[in-house]
Amino acid sequence: MQIQPILAALKRHKAGTILIALQIALTLAIVCNALFIIKQRVTHLSRATGIDEQNIISVRNQWVGKPPSQQVSGLTATDLTALRQIPGVVDVYSTNSYPLRQGGWSEGLDYKPNQDHSTAHTAIYFSDEHTLGTLGLKLVEGRNFRADEIGRMDIRDKLGPPTIIVTRELAHKLYPDGSALGKVLYLNENPTTIVGVVDRLEVPWVDNWASQWAEQSTLVPVRLAMSIGGFYLIRTQPGQVDSVAKQVSKTLYGVNRMRVIDPKDGVQSFSQVRAKAYARDRGMAILMGVVCVVLLAITAAGIVGLTSFWVGQRRKQIGVRRALGATHHDILSYFLTENLLISLGGVIIGALLAIGMNMWMVSQFEMARLSPTYVLAGVVVLLLLGQAAVLAPALRASRVPPVEATRSV
Amino acid sequence: MLAYYLRLGLRSLRRNPVLTGLMIMAIGFGVAASMTTFAVFRAVSGNPIPWKSGQLFVPQIDGFGPSGRDPGDNGEPPDALNYQDTLALMRAHPASRQTALYPVAISVVPADASKQPFSISGYAVTTDFFGMFEMPFQYGNGWGTNEDDRRASTVVISSKLNQKVFNGANSVGRNIVLDNRDYRIVGVAKSWDPHPRYYDVVNTSGFGDAPDFFMPFSRAIDLQMDTDGNNNCNKSPEGGWDAWLQSTCVWLTVWAELPDAAAVQRYRSYLDGYAADQKRAGRYNWAPNNRLRNVMEWLDHEHVVPQETKVSLLVALGFLAVCLVNTIGLLLAKFMRRSQEIGVRRALGASRREIYTQFLAEASMVGVAGGVLGLLLTAGGVYSIGLVFEPEVAALAHVDFGLIGLTLLVAIGATVIAAFYPTWRAAQVQPAWQLKSN
Repeated sequence: MQIQPILAALKRHKAGTILIALQIALTLAIVCNALFIIKQRVTHLSRATGIDEQNIISVRNQWVGKPPSQQVSGLTATDLTALRQIPGVVDVYSTNSYPLRQGGWSEGLDYKPNQDHSTAHTAIYFSDEHTLGTLGLKLVEGRNFRADEIGRMDIRDKLGPPTIIVTRELAHKLYPDGSALGKVLYLNENPTTIVGVVDRLEVPWVDNWASQWAEQSTLVPVRLAMSIGGFYLIRTQPGQVDSVAKQVSKTLYGVNRMRVIDPKDGVQSFSQVRAKAYARDRGMAILMGVVCVVLLAITAAGIVGLTSFWVGQRRKQIGVRRALGATHHDILSYFLTENLLISLGGVIIGALLAIGMNMWMVSQFEMARLSPTYVLAGVVVLLLLGQAAVLAPALRASRVPPVEATRSV
Repeated sequence: MLAYYLRLGLRSLRRNPVLTGLMIMAIGFGVAASMTTFAVFRAVSGNPIPWKSGQLFVPQIDGFGPSGRDPGDNGEPPDALNYQDTLALMRAHPASRQTALYPVAISVVPADASKQPFSISGYAVTTDFFGMFEMPFQYGNGWGTNEDDRRASTVVISSKLNQKVFNGANSVGRNIVLDNRDYRIVGVAKSWDPHPRYYDVVNTSGFGDAPDFFMPFSRAIDLQMDTDGNNNCNKSPEGGWDAWLQSTCVWLTVWAELPDAAAVQRYRSYLDGYAADQKRAGRYNWAPNNRLRNVMEWLDHEHVVPQETKVSLLVALGFLAVCLVNTIGLLLAKFMRRSQEIGVRRALGASRREIYTQFLAEASMVGVAGGVLGLLLTAGGVYSIGLVFEPEVAALAHVDFGLIGLTLLVAIGATVIAAFYPTWRAAQVQPAWQLKSN
């Protein structure tokens, strides 16, 4: 295949050539970045929380009239007993927060008391001896909390538990060279001993600000008796989430009417919690997906349109070539090669544009650097798209009969 | 003549229905994507109080100091105030009007025992709040300085809560039971929910349900009502409510109304003087690090416009650009295919100007059709926006006359701009050459 004549012909169609190349370049730039955004969002939203999500229900309970902390402990204990009696419930505990809740308590863990900057950020989950069982957390080292070491505090009390259970990630951050078990740390200037390490447990936040320590969680053997109320986490028998969820409100109101469980989102299965926490990511991924598909379709249509026009314009020349002995195949490969040349020009500019666009977005928004794989994938997609789009008009061109050369119109 | 050109255009467009359809679809999709994302962007990025946004300021005083900051904070003080600094600002009153505020949640027990209690959220504020933010009232008014000083159990409720509890009747002067305590209603707000909710973007995303009530700040503190928002401590206080109030934990916002540059200057120097005093007193051992931001600066600082909104608007605009390049190409093909026709018209005496008019008229028809399609798609897009953006934000995006007008304008304008080059090429057609070659 000779490239020289194609280039010569393209020179006579500068405008059309530039327009197709430009369209390919812009499409590539947008599609690369969109695919990259999709990938990042999907990675983010498919992060595992470390808990047995399929069988967990979260209940938000607010007390009416702000009962004092001492009273809240009793009320909570009664509620937990009632919840345990619902058929299908495996275990229950009360807490301040859970993964994907998007709100919670964070602290710093220190090697020494009165340290200036904390050694590690951590999320605090108020827990008791039922927490590991309810959440389905896997203990990889040490032991669970004992019932007799569970303390109680008010929200304005100072947190200082004697023992804690940490995640493997946090243990590694604190003691990269060895086991964290039995080590003594400082939490709010109080010494505390690591008695257990769980495999994995995400912090309550999915936003960027906690992304550096997304798996650094700490369980404290303390019941937080908040007069405003708190959360109950319920683990059900497999497949019984829905049937248990239906009975929660009724059961709790039956125990005590002076509470508020929001009829809309007071009782949520964990899949609802997850959907809500990642709504932004999912939405963004969907939007970018739609944009990619429509954009590629429009670009393909544009190539078909312009190439058809060129074919129509050059019927006579094609006829002459055919008359002079060019085969169907020659004509077909002429148009395919022509498109490939234009597309190559387009994707080179487009790749630069994609990287430039990403660099600008990195400087403006909290975004990661575009990985070259995406640019490469985009290049391949657009080259294939171009070839596919040009195929129909090129086939039509290859069927132009040699006799066309002799026709004057 | 224009009518004739329009007829000609229509005929030509009908001749290649596929090509025409392609152009209309490209314009329609491009415009719809841009307009839908713009509707969302417009909803979240607007100035909630344009006539006054330059006069309302949020002071920030650094209560954490350098050791309480993460390296990523760029030396910025925390975005909320601790109780002691708030109290000092409220006492000194260096602004003509000012309010402290924090979110509180409370529950309401309906008198009818068959109805379940429900919880409502609101704000603890001072008397100036209502005037500063120009909250409209359906009945009654805000409370006065007197009630603030008396730490009175008064409350302003939203029209929604008034509807729910009093069936919409004028409830001013009546009592409402909130968390087992009586409050006297002094005012019922007209539905008022500025977007973004600029007066509290620290504890909320700036969007979401409007507050149900407002109560005196002093009363909320007396009742030891905890914040329903964020509480950040650089150092955990010893236990108890009073220790918390004495601590450097930040959870409060102060707003000041400063009508002119001189007032702003005075307020700034007050803040600096105050911080210097605190340093001298040994409370803070770092140099004063204050900020004073007006509404728009504050919204920007707090990143109220979700990043997703900006990125999707940008991507949609890029999408529109591709659609336009596409349209230029297709129009070029379409117009150049008619070189003979142009040649004949030119030979029969049509000026270049006539050619311009004819082809721009044809392009505008594509633009109008694209605009109509774009409008339908935009309406569909805005309607289904809840699939993509959070419900609180999605609820704010709507189609109004402005958006309809803008959609049509962008569609027609973009198409005509896209048509300029192809039209110019068409007008350059040499009549002699065209006639000769055939």
